[in-house]
Order: sequence, then structure tokens, then C-alpha cells
Amino acid sequence: MDKYTFLEKFFIYSAIFIFMTFILLPFVEMFYASLRPLDHLFRSPYQFYSDDLSFWAYSEMWNTVPMLGRYIFNSFFLASSVAIFTLLFVIPAAYSYARFNFPFKNSSLYILLAINMFSGAVLLIPLYKVLRTFGLLNSYQAMIVPGVAFLIPTSIWLLKSYFEKIPVDLEEAAFVDGASRVQILRHIIAPLSTPGLVVVGIYAFIGAYAQQFLFAITFNQKKEYMPIPSGLYEFIGYQSVKWNEMMAASLVGIAPVLILFIFLQKYIVEGLTAGAVKN
Amino acid sequence: MNKKLRSFNSPTFLAYALIAPAAIYILLIVAWPVLETIRLSFTNSSLAGEDYVGFENYEKMLSSKKFNKIVTRTFVWMFFSVSLKLIIGLIGAILLNANLRGRSMFRVLIMPPWVVPIAIGMLGWLWLYNGYFGIIAGVGMHTGILDGPFGFLAYKQSAFISTIVADVWVGTPMVTVFFLAAMQGVPRDLYEAAYCDGASRWDRFFKITLPQITPVIITMSILSAIWTFNSFEIIWILTEGGPRGATTTLIIDTYKQALGNYKFGRGAARAVVVMILLTLFAGFYLALLARINKKISHG
Repeated sequence: MDKYTFLEKFFIYSAIFIFMTFILLPFVEMFYASLRPLDHLFRSPYQFYSDDLSFWAYSEMWNTVPMLGRYIFNSFFLASSVAIFTLLFVIPAAYSYARFNFPFKNSSLYILLAINMFSGAVLLIPLYKVLRTFGLLNSYQAMIVPGVAFLIPTSIWLLKSYFEKIPVDLEEAAFVDGASRVQILRHIIAPLSTPGLVVVGIYAFIGAYAQQFLFAITFNQKKEYMPIPSGLYEFIGYQSVKWNEMMAASLVGIAPVLILFIFLQKYIVEGLTAGAVKN
Repeated sequence: MNKKLRSFNSPTFLAYALIAPAAIYILLIVAWPVLETIRLSFTNSSLAGEDYVGFENYEKMLSSKKFNKIVTRTFVWMFFSVSLKLIIGLIGAILLNANLRGRSMFRVLIMPPWVVPIAIGMLGWLWLYNGYFGIIAGVGMHTGILDGPFGFLAYKQSAFISTIVADVWVGTPMVTVFFLAAMQGVPRDLYEAAYCDGASRWDRFFKITLPQITPVIITMSILSAIWTFNSFEIIWILTEGGPRGATTTLIIDTYKQALGNYKFGRGAARAVVVMILLTLFAGFYLALLARINKKISHG
């Protein structure tokens, strides 16, 4: 195939640079702001240059946002719980969809896709009532219960496609040889589907981490249960926002998901796009 | 196939039993709330209690000028946001599909807005949009485009545009990644044959790539329309629907009515309108998906 000329390369790289600037500018600027002293930030017009950059905000933020450590823990705890519960509900369902034929199989799969399109925002009123009835408002469960529901549909689709890749002959052979379903599950399905389970688990974790705002601000008023986004959001309304510390806390809050994602991005992107592109 | 095998492969009861936990969960947390929302929309439910009021909520809502404005605004907001996401996403995918050094690194670098909690990304945008100290106003002032501080979120028109830009920022990475995946699924021999026939790069894009990825472009435009329609956090954190309602979309209005004013009935009526529109989108999407799948399976 033809090679790019120097001029073509130059244009493509310049265009990529502009595209990347749009995507990354907020993060770069957040990081830069987190390193600058507050009195440098509060100069108008904007100063592009600060000479005394430091990581001071990263130690001071723990005093300004006293519960920050707790928020970070909560974010992790909530996302992990949501991911685990999602898997528990999704594994049997996805296996069933991958292996068996039964009435309403396809229509129920499409209904799952349709559910995906409902955001939690529309259903807040009845959800609020359900959670109040069960006495779950202002607790971890207030965020976990609705969180799981909205991750189930995509997770079933994702995991189904992993299960479908395991040859059914293997299971049939074991069954004819007298293995029970439980044994088949333990010795054939479980080991072969581990990569798929990991991908779906991480998808659910990242999804749960990302959705920690709407349910958190609506169903939970207690500080000790707040995840990072709603915890930090509280500080934005104040008259004098300490932007350098706010940005530092935000970056520390997103670092875990980013690191997790960078290591596993290949699998996650493959899994997600395979479902939508080929279907 | 022997009898034992047949019984292994067609146990309908087992199949349903395995699906039951997920199905019951969704019925309870998604399906029941949908029905309850519809019921509430015919009441004047609030913290004080509820009475049946018939179509009153709907009549009030549909006859109010404000509501009609909100619907129009929602669609204008959506139209610009979705178009920009698709155009920028397509350009981004073309760029990152070019066989150049560093492309795998760029492909990772475009993901953060998609992966990071939206609320946190929006804290960053709040700072960028700051009229006095933000970098955008700063560049404007240094280059002379702005003759003084300018709060992007403080004026009706600029707030409207600013929320669209932030929404595009959140949505573009995903669109790009899907387009890129589709482009890489185009069989290589098509390109090689075209190259041997002397087709230019430009021709190959318009005659091979674009037609091949059209199904994905169509699916992504509907999906992206649905997600954009549902977009709540971005507007809520940046403007809470203001200034003076300039960025209040249907979702924001629903939230404000229901949980800002505790007028559950009125909020529910709005939620029903949202659900009807979403069902239309979803039906459209599913019908299209079925058609695309049929085409593929028929070769």
C-alpha cells in the first residue's frame, strides 16, 4: 500500500494534535491548576506561567476536604459491590442465553437493550419511593441497588458473547461421560470463561465508578456514605472554592479507574465494540 | 443425537430458572418504577400525600409555554451535540486509523473523558469556563477576542453552547472508538484490490470505508441521540439548568419538578413524556438493528 508523504504526515499529526488537545485539555489544566498556589490561580487575566509549582495542594486537600479519604474508600467500596452483585445476577442469565433455546429468548434480549436506554434520571421518583419503603435511603444500598439494575443489561450481552465462544461439544462430552451440571460448571465453564468474567467485572466496576453522582446526590444525604463525585460537588457551591485542592482531589479520585483502564483497555474496548459492531 | 444429549440442550425450566434472578431484579427496579411513574402522573402526589387528578398534570404541562420551550430546546441541544459528536468522532477515527507511528498510544489517550466519572470531568470544565481565572477566558483576553472577563456559564447563549461542548467532550471518545473498530473490521483485501486498480486514498475512503461502516454510523447516531437525550450530570453540574432556564432540558426539568419541588405528580407526567420519546427512539433503534442483522445474515 502507498506510504504517506511528508506533507500528509504533517497534516495528520497536526490534526491529531488538535483533536487530542480538545480531549485532554481539561485534564492537563486540572493537573496544572493543582500544582499552582492559589494566589497564582486567582489572577485575571489568566497567567500561563507559574514559577513556584508544588504538590502542596495534594497534602493540604486532606484538611480542606476532611472526609476525602472516606469518599475515596466509598467510591471503591460502592463500585466493587456493584460489580460483584452485577456478576452474581448476570452469570447465570448470560449462560442461559448463550446455551439454551427457549420461548421469548430473542425478544427478552431486545428488551434488555431497550432498558439500557432508560436512564436512572427518569425513574428517580418511584425509585426514591421503593428505597424509602425498604428503609434504604441514606445508606450504601441506596446507591448499590439502582446501580446494579442499570448495569445488568449490557453485562448480560457482553458475557453472553464470551460464553458463546466456549465450544458446546466440550460440555456435551462431559455430560455424556456422566458429569453433573455443577461439575461441568466448575471444571469446564469456570476456567474457560475467566477472561470474560474479568472483562465484564471491570466493565461493571468502571461503569459503577462513573455513575456515582445521580443516585448519590438523590438517595443519600449522609456524608459518611458519599462517593468522591458527590462529596466534592458539595464544595463547589461555596463562595471561595480552593480550586487547586479541588483539582488535586479530583485527580486523586480518578487515578484508580484511569490506571485500571489503561492496563486493561485492550480487552474492554474489544469486548464492548464487538457487541455493538458485529452483533 | 441421543436422548440424554437432547435433554441436556433443551431444558426450558433450567433456562428460565437461571434468568429469573436478573429478570426479577429488573422487574422490581426498572419495570415496576415505570408503571408507578405512569400511575403517579395521574395524581397530585407530593410529600403531603396524593389524590387522583386525571389528566390535569398533562393538561397543565402541555398548555404551558415554558414546557413547549423546554421540549424545543431539548431537541436543539441534542441536535447540535449529536452532530458534533458524530462529525468529530468520524474525523478522529479516520486520523487514528492512519497507519502512523504512535497511533496505539493516541487510541488510549482519547479514552479518559469516557472512563472518568462525568461529575469529576465537569469539575474540570467548571474551572475552564471560569470567567475570571479560567484558561478559555484567559486565551480570549490575551488574544483580544474578549475585552474583559467573561463567564461562559453566566449568559444564556454562551451557557447553552458551553454545555453542548462539554457534552461533546464526554461523548466523542466512545463514538471515535466504535467508528475505529468498524473501520478495522473492513476486510483488508478490499483496499488492496482497490489499490491495485489505482484508486486514490480519497477514493478508497469514500467508495470502501464509508459504505462499509454506514451501519455503525447509523446505530451510533441513534444510540448517541438516546444518551444525549438522557444527559443529566453535565448540565446539572455546570449550570443546574440556568441561567434563567437557558439550559433546562426535559431531563433537568423532570428532576427539578420532582426532587427540587417535591411535586412528584408533575414530575411523573414529565417523566412519562421522556419515556414515550425514549421508547420511540429505542423502537427505531431495534427495528434498524433487526434490519441490519437480516442484511448481514443474507450476505
